Amino acid sequence: MRPIKLMGHERSLTQVKYNREGDLLFSVAKDNAASIWYSSNGERLGTLEGHQGVIWSIDVDPETHLCATGGGDLAIKLWEVSTGKCVFTWDSPSPVRRVAFSPDGSKLLAIADQVMGHIGTISVYNINHEQPSDQSVEPSLVIETPEEGAKATVAGWSANGEFIIAGHDDGYVTKFDATNGELLDTLQAHGVYTEEKIVTVTDIQFAEDRSYFITSSKDKCSTLIDVDTFDILKVYKADAPMNTAAITPVKDFVILGGGQEARNVTTTAESQGKFEARFYHKIFEDEIGRVKGHFGPLNTVAVHPDGTGYSSGGEDGFIRVHQFDKSYFEFYVDAAERTDKSAEKI
Amino acid sequence: MSLSEKEYLELEKQINLDDIDFSDLEEKYEVDIGLDNYVVVDGAPIAPEAKVPVLIKVLKKLFNTVGKVVEGDEGIYMPLEDGKSKGYLFVQFETAEMADAAIKQLHGKKLDQKHRLLVNRLTDIEKYGVEGAVPSEFTAPEVPPFKSHGYLKSWLQDPAGRDQFGLHFSETFGVYWNKKKNDAEPVFEPRKAFTSKYAKFSPKGTYLFSIHPQGVQSWGGDGFKSIGKFIHNQVRLIDFSPSEKYMVTLSPVAITVPDSAAERAVFPFGPESEGHKLVIWDLTTGEPARTFALPPHLEGQKDMPWPLVKWSHDDKYCARQGPGALAIYETPSFQLLDKKLVKIDDIVDFEWAPAAVKLANSKVVGGDHLLSYWTPERSNQTARVAVMQIPSRQVLRTVNLFQVSDCKMHWQSEGKLLCVKVDRHTKSGKTLFTNLEFFKTTEKDIPVEKVELKEVVVNFAWEPRSERFITISRLDDGNLNPAIPKNTISFYASESSGNKGKDLTSVYKSYKDIPNKHSNTIFWSPKGRYVVIATISRSSGELEFFDVSFDDDKNKGLPANPKLLKTDKYSGMTNLAWDPSGRFVTGWSSSWLHTIENGYRLYEFTGNLLRDELVDQFREFIWRPRPQSLLNAADRKKVRANLREYSAQFEETDAMEADAALREIILARRESLEAWRAYRAKYAGKTVQAKAVQDQVIEEIKEEIIEEKEEIIE
Repeated sequence: MRPIKLMGHERSLTQVKYNREGDLLFSVAKDNAASIWYSSNGERLGTLEGHQGVIWSIDVDPETHLCATGGGDLAIKLWEVSTGKCVFTWDSPSPVRRVAFSPDGSKLLAIADQVMGHIGTISVYNINHEQPSDQSVEPSLVIETPEEGAKATVAGWSANGEFIIAGHDDGYVTKFDATNGELLDTLQAHGVYTEEKIVTVTDIQFAEDRSYFITSSKDKCSTLIDVDTFDILKVYKADAPMNTAAITPVKDFVILGGGQEARNVTTTAESQGKFEARFYHKIFEDEIGRVKGHFGPLNTVAVHPDGTGYSSGGEDGFIRVHQFDKSYFEFYVDAAERTDKSAEKI
Repeated sequence: MSLSEKEYLELEKQINLDDIDFSDLEEKYEVDIGLDNYVVVDGAPIAPEAKVPVLIKVLKKLFNTVGKVVEGDEGIYMPLEDGKSKGYLFVQFETAEMADAAIKQLHGKKLDQKHRLLVNRLTDIEKYGVEGAVPSEFTAPEVPPFKSHGYLKSWLQDPAGRDQFGLHFSETFGVYWNKKKNDAEPVFEPRKAFTSKYAKFSPKGTYLFSIHPQGVQSWGGDGFKSIGKFIHNQVRLIDFSPSEKYMVTLSPVAITVPDSAAERAVFPFGPESEGHKLVIWDLTTGEPARTFALPPHLEGQKDMPWPLVKWSHDDKYCARQGPGALAIYETPSFQLLDKKLVKIDDIVDFEWAPAAVKLANSKVVGGDHLLSYWTPERSNQTARVAVMQIPSRQVLRTVNLFQVSDCKMHWQSEGKLLCVKVDRHTKSGKTLFTNLEFFKTTEKDIPVEKVELKEVVVNFAWEPRSERFITISRLDDGNLNPAIPKNTISFYASESSGNKGKDLTSVYKSYKDIPNKHSNTIFWSPKGRYVVIATISRSSGELEFFDVSFDDDKNKGLPANPKLLKTDKYSGMTNLAWDPSGRFVTGWSSSWLHTIENGYRLYEFTGNLLRDELVDQFREFIWRPRPQSLLNAADRKKVRANLREYSAQFEETDAMEADAALREIILARRESLEAWRAYRAKYAGKTVQAKAVQDQVIEEIKEEIIEEKEEIIE
């Protein structure tokens, strides 16, 4: 597995994302340009320039028509992927931490941080695909941070855009009705399995069919949670704060990324930094392998929708695009699993 | 108090004697009137009074051959009527035993063309002949309630597919699960005095048999419960038909039908079996199907050829060899085929084809029954090997041979080929050499191919379901020093030449010869490909494990590429056996033969020694056979394609066996896998909207002009 190293960003990566076909890779970093890359060879298709500062998040609609970014410059920008032009900009009351398209691409959620006197919100905008430059300025729905809860840090859409799942600063995960913003369920997913003080949920990524999702947290854990029952299905324990987690299709694995806090990086050796992408078996919860390469903590990982590879973006400013080898697909932890799979093939 | 006679008579009148039950007294004081000495003879000629004395004289003479008729007129009484005898008579013997002998031997005796004597006990007439003694109405005998023996093939359902084996040591016999390196796991508590001689499994492994002085006992099912008893006094040898429908037993003691009626009622054999020694049993009913007397030339022989009854592959026919003839019987009637023997002068030996043979021009569905036999040289006649079709008795092919000292017939396991190993002697008769004659039974007119060797072949073995074979041969140069190793192991395969399909002649060619060996026995794996060639002798024992289709780059595509995998010395070894799956080999040293290193060794098919067990007074190791696999060729192919997946699972089971901690981990994993699968099953039917977006493949073909050149051709 020889990765392609993408050196297009000047500062640490904040998010990488594949489009639905997996041929394009979208990345944003703390510099002010988003990049779009060909995932197969690492060639840069282009950059999206317009933000004034850190871009925290990027997402692309299922048809790779429009792409949204949210940044520290209090702006949510909508871009046309084919041209790279910014077609619309929403103003945000506070820095935008996360943007995400609903599964059908008709809606966009954006998290405004709880700073600068703003109460943290999740805003939902309706997207006009016919006329990308003509968008309604006002969000169709605003979900404020519940009174006793902490601010939302990450969020995503469940299957068919039915629910909005948000991860919070206090380790809780909540489920909102996507039509009216009603709080349906809440669950303490982090800060339970370890005794860490900082339990911020750092990432939420969904399974292929969006029936369950994975969270990562600074509490050195990652959890797999079912959308309907809102039960914790699996817990993956690591030895460092985790910044990101993803579920692999095809194989029953999850990929976790993280490592030593960014501010401590300069004082620790690379070998102690735990800057590897960790592969866990999704069902057995056992760690089965690590991929080295970054020399700073991993901030974001994304898995190719076909399960043929993954990309990671690190604090070191690099994106590493990996293709899985044959041996990856032939690997089974348990013989029962192997026979199971081969029986499916037959 | 005493009664006068008169008073007594008075009293007697008052008491009705019929009301008193005297039966106990009658029984106690029953008078033996000696009627057991009498027999009634019916069916005698009806003679005029004048000739009666002559007739009596003749009959007296006859009856005196079996016993002693009482002297004088009381000996024979022949009632007369109208000046003629009535066709029956009464004979009085001196003892009851003589009367019994007369009944046994003379009942049904033909006096002449028209007259058959019917000899019966006089008391029997009273017993059965009197009106009402035998109920005239049929009452159905009570059928004993069905007793289930459990599932007789339960051992085949072992999830790990392990095989069972029997261990016989000192007086104890036990059946165990093969656990490879680990201690074998007993299926039941090993039993002392389980058998008086040896134990044997039926050919498909369904039953286990133990031998006792009274007969044979069968066991089976889970935990080996007693299933049936086969009463055969002093039984020595047992054998089975291939489909395990019948069992053949032989005892050196002739069957004698007991005299008393009560004993006869439980005795399995009727009077027609009197004096017979060979019994064919129906295994399902437990009743004898047919009994035979031993052919006179085998009577009293020390080394009994066994089996005496050979079966066709499907149990449809069985055959016995007699002097100058073959007796072929049809099952289940066990009547002679076409009611006559197959006359073959001087027949020495015969063999059935081990499978149905598809003859070239035959329309028989499923194939034909074939047997082969050979006859030795006679003054003006060559030796012959012939292949005969049954039931037509048509001889399909004969090969004439000369200077033959011995023949051995080796059928290939599918019946496609018959190899006759012909040991021939030189004209001087001093040295021997071997020819191999191959009968290709499935080809038109059964062509015969010959392989001539300079050496004498001491052992020959076909690979199961294959056309390859191995010979062990030796140059017969008159040097008999056993210390010099001079056996040669040769691996043969057919090298097909000529155009495919048409004129396909195959020539057997040796692909490897290993000279100067002591090896004397060949054990093919039941699944083929692997073979153990062993030296079993008093002085040295050795096993050599071969892979006959070894896969290396150099010799790819050869029909045979033997490679020695491993060698092991085992000096005490007396026997060797493959397990039915072809995964393991056991060698053992039996205390029946000597007392050196008694015990057994378990090897992997590659020759890895798994266990070496020394057992005091170890007698026998027997693998439990398995019935034919139910998988068809396609299934087997599928298994082979996914072998890695399956074998990984078995390896894990092995690891689990070896390490308890690992076992827990694996079991926990299995559990979570199950749980996950159950969880995911809920979502199996749900459609995901995101997928509804149609995939569109847009192909763009760009043509670029790399270079343009102009050339001017003059």
